[in-house]
Amino acid sequence: MNNLFTKTLVVAALAAATTFAAAPAFAQAKSPSELTNVSYDIARELYSGINKAFVGYWKDKTGQTVTVAQSHAGSSAQARKVLEGFQADTATLNQVTDIEMLVKGGLVQAGWQSKYPNNASPFYSLPAFLVRAGNPKNIKDWDDLIRADVKTVLPNPKTAGNARYTYLAAYAYALSKNNNDQAKAQDFARKFFANVAVFDTGARGSTTSFAERDIGDVLLTFEAEVFSVRREYGDTKFQVVIPPQSLLAEFPVAIIDKVADAKGSRELADGYLKFLWTPQGQEIGAQNFHRVRDPQVAEKYKAQYPAVKLVTVEDVFGGWDRVAKEHFADGGILDQVFVKR
Amino acid sequence: MTARPKSRRVLPGFTLALGTTLLYLGIIVLLPLCGLAFNTANNGWARFWQVVASDRAMATYRITLGAAALATLFNAFYGLLMAWVLVRYEFPGKRLLDGLMDLPFALPTAVAGIALSALYARNGWFGMGFDKVGIKVAYAMPGIAIAMAFTSVPFVVRTVQPVLEDLETELEQAAETLGARPWQIFRRVVFPAILPAYIAGLTLGFARCIGEFGAIIYIAGNLPMVTEITSLLIFIRLEEYDYPAAAALAFVVLVAAFLLMLVTNLIQAWQRRYAKIV
Amino acid sequence: MNKKSTGRCLLIGLSVVMTLVFLVVPLAVIFTSAFGKGVGHYIATLQEPDTQHAIWLTMLTAVIVVPINLLFGIAAAWAITKFSFPGKRLLIALIEVPFSVSPIIAGVVYIMLYGARGLLGPALASVGIQLMFTVTAIVLVMLFVTSPFVARELIPLMQAQGTDEEETAVSLGASGWQTFRRVTLPNIKWALLYGVLLCNARAMGEFGAVSVVSGAVRGQTNTLPLHIDLLYHDYNTAGAFAAATILTLLALITLVAKAFVEWRFPGGRKAQSAH
Repeated sequence: MNNLFTKTLVVAALAAATTFAAAPAFAQAKSPSELTNVSYDIARELYSGINKAFVGYWKDKTGQTVTVAQSHAGSSAQARKVLEGFQADTATLNQVTDIEMLVKGGLVQAGWQSKYPNNASPFYSLPAFLVRAGNPKNIKDWDDLIRADVKTVLPNPKTAGNARYTYLAAYAYALSKNNNDQAKAQDFARKFFANVAVFDTGARGSTTSFAERDIGDVLLTFEAEVFSVRREYGDTKFQVVIPPQSLLAEFPVAIIDKVADAKGSRELADGYLKFLWTPQGQEIGAQNFHRVRDPQVAEKYKAQYPAVKLVTVEDVFGGWDRVAKEHFADGGILDQVFVKR
Repeated sequence: MTARPKSRRVLPGFTLALGTTLLYLGIIVLLPLCGLAFNTANNGWARFWQVVASDRAMATYRITLGAAALATLFNAFYGLLMAWVLVRYEFPGKRLLDGLMDLPFALPTAVAGIALSALYARNGWFGMGFDKVGIKVAYAMPGIAIAMAFTSVPFVVRTVQPVLEDLETELEQAAETLGARPWQIFRRVVFPAILPAYIAGLTLGFARCIGEFGAIIYIAGNLPMVTEITSLLIFIRLEEYDYPAAAALAFVVLVAAFLLMLVTNLIQAWQRRYAKIV
Repeated sequence: MNKKSTGRCLLIGLSVVMTLVFLVVPLAVIFTSAFGKGVGHYIATLQEPDTQHAIWLTMLTAVIVVPINLLFGIAAAWAITKFSFPGKRLLIALIEVPFSVSPIIAGVVYIMLYGARGLLGPALASVGIQLMFTVTAIVLVMLFVTSPFVARELIPLMQAQGTDEEETAVSLGASGWQTFRRVTLPNIKWALLYGVLLCNARAMGEFGAVSVVSGAVRGQTNTLPLHIDLLYHDYNTAGAFAAATILTLLALITLVAKAFVEWRFPGGRKAQSAH
């Protein structure tokens, strides 16, 4: 018995020593046939569909069998992870500023937006509302979100691009309603944040809070997510509300040059991103309720996209650089109105 | 060193054992903690103060400490009850009950978190009942306290239990023959004897409550100023890429943890002295 | 007398009811929720390659972490209990530090040390070593979090046992290794096993620290607790609970094994009282 015990101990120790020595190698073992894509939180289903299709597409095209690993969290949180050294080859995020963060960190080359069509944004969407069945609080437009009796659910605008779009959309609405009066718009935004029942760090956390845990009267998230929640839970529980005016939300993509060059995966990464613009890639986007660029695919799925007036960050806020400086910088307007911070 | 009794060094392996211990602790524990201290110091006092004294940070301390106090209050009752019942009474199923006391240690905190949040949410088994009487448990203060109590209750039970086991029953029997009532006996004879261990267990549990993360984030609702705990704010600051703020807050929690550990050690030293006297 | 037994029954009843409500019902929720979408869905979740990988990764990391901390625990306990040297109390306190550190902070300190923006990260990156967001990072924080478990079980016990037996063995000509194997080990084996069980349970279940340093890529750096979190946010609550049942069963096995050790080694409770 004692002998057995000792032997077990020795064997375990040896096993540990060898495995530990092998661990770094194991962690780094990546052949160029593997691609890692970092993406925003609610794109889980979209990219798991894309990845499956891409593996077949790439096999047909080059004869090479590849695997694509995916990672999802709040868009800005993902950018941070990449800056911290997370070895991803491509970034498919939901905000220009997040990829600009990678440019500043020296991971992505400047001018990335001109490398692919449509400002390197294969899909787009817009902030929309999901309410409980029958719309008991009668929520129709942005105005209703600041009513005292309404509790909203949206992710943390500091970590999730999704929530920043929602914030900007609300702000743009307040501006257009108040003849571009900044003070009134800020007041609107303050009331808007005061009604939030819960902030999760990623958008999917918000969806879970709203749908599974019964918190709040309205979930504020991308149209793509709103429709897919309804698909997951059926029509009986929730109802989609698209406000008359919303904000164009583009989902930019880029190769993380530093990683791709170090790993020699540039060709594969480029093929992966280009695939997003193929009719097949666009179709998968549409099936996951993202709005798409390809006219034929867009026409085919026309019925699922309600008409809405879309304003842009360029038109209302003078571009992402200004938004980053005025709204999202430390102590900027977002910090001032996001009182709960 | 040479003044040490020679017999102490009869056994071999001192250098190897101590060397291994120090090297390992240095790499795994000390180095990272020093990194944090360095990071905090690097960011300057003004920035540090601004972060740790901000409204939102203050609210997290209030919420964390408040919920931990509630949880400790519950543990003070439930933990003591369990220790007492498990030591003093014999009944069928006692071993099972005793084994269950370690469940919170063995069950991963994330699992506990999703289970508790499913249970106490408005549409959960218990949450439904609470909802009817108008009490919000999940995504409110009581939910945080429940998650904290769940993960920390074994500390109380397992600290009090052995002391209670060692307690001689003669004194109690003497008190009983003198006509004291059970409650009086407990209050006057038993309670003072287990008090140091009891306080030590509660302090350990309290410390655990303050550091808990996994079990709480699922049930807390994470609403800034209302249900956000300090551990979560650290995580959020990290995700926001605000490292100085994350480091500063982590530093505060770390200092609090060390202070609590110091208190526990002092109480335990007191307990050992007390045990010798009795 | 009658009154006394009434009070007794009342207390036992109360303790049983409270334990049921407080500890057992959450356990029941895990299993009912896991089978909420039927046995088929349950089995399908567990058969998913990503879930299987998470199970495998959790086992792998535990198999690496536990033996290392076992060796550390023995070395630390040997140094502390068999010799006297200055600063011993400080060393004991230092060993216990990870117990009092919030798991989130454990993760944060590692990011600040080894991340690309950390103190040592850039230097390591320049020689091509990337630690954070890899399996190595997961192993490192697990080592940190679980390092005290074995040492804590051994130190009080070996302190109580003293050094006489070992000294006799050595004076009779036994080598150090023989002394440890033949004299010390038989005395401490149950406490050792006990420490290993606790260490293993914690390693497999660690969430906070791991979630900070892991890349959380499915099929690569997703341990079971992280996988549960991922499924939970994948519209797949039943799947999350299904994965949770694996960890719950592991926890229950740990409890049974622990009860067994206690039965074979009744002094275990005493050693544990330091917790």
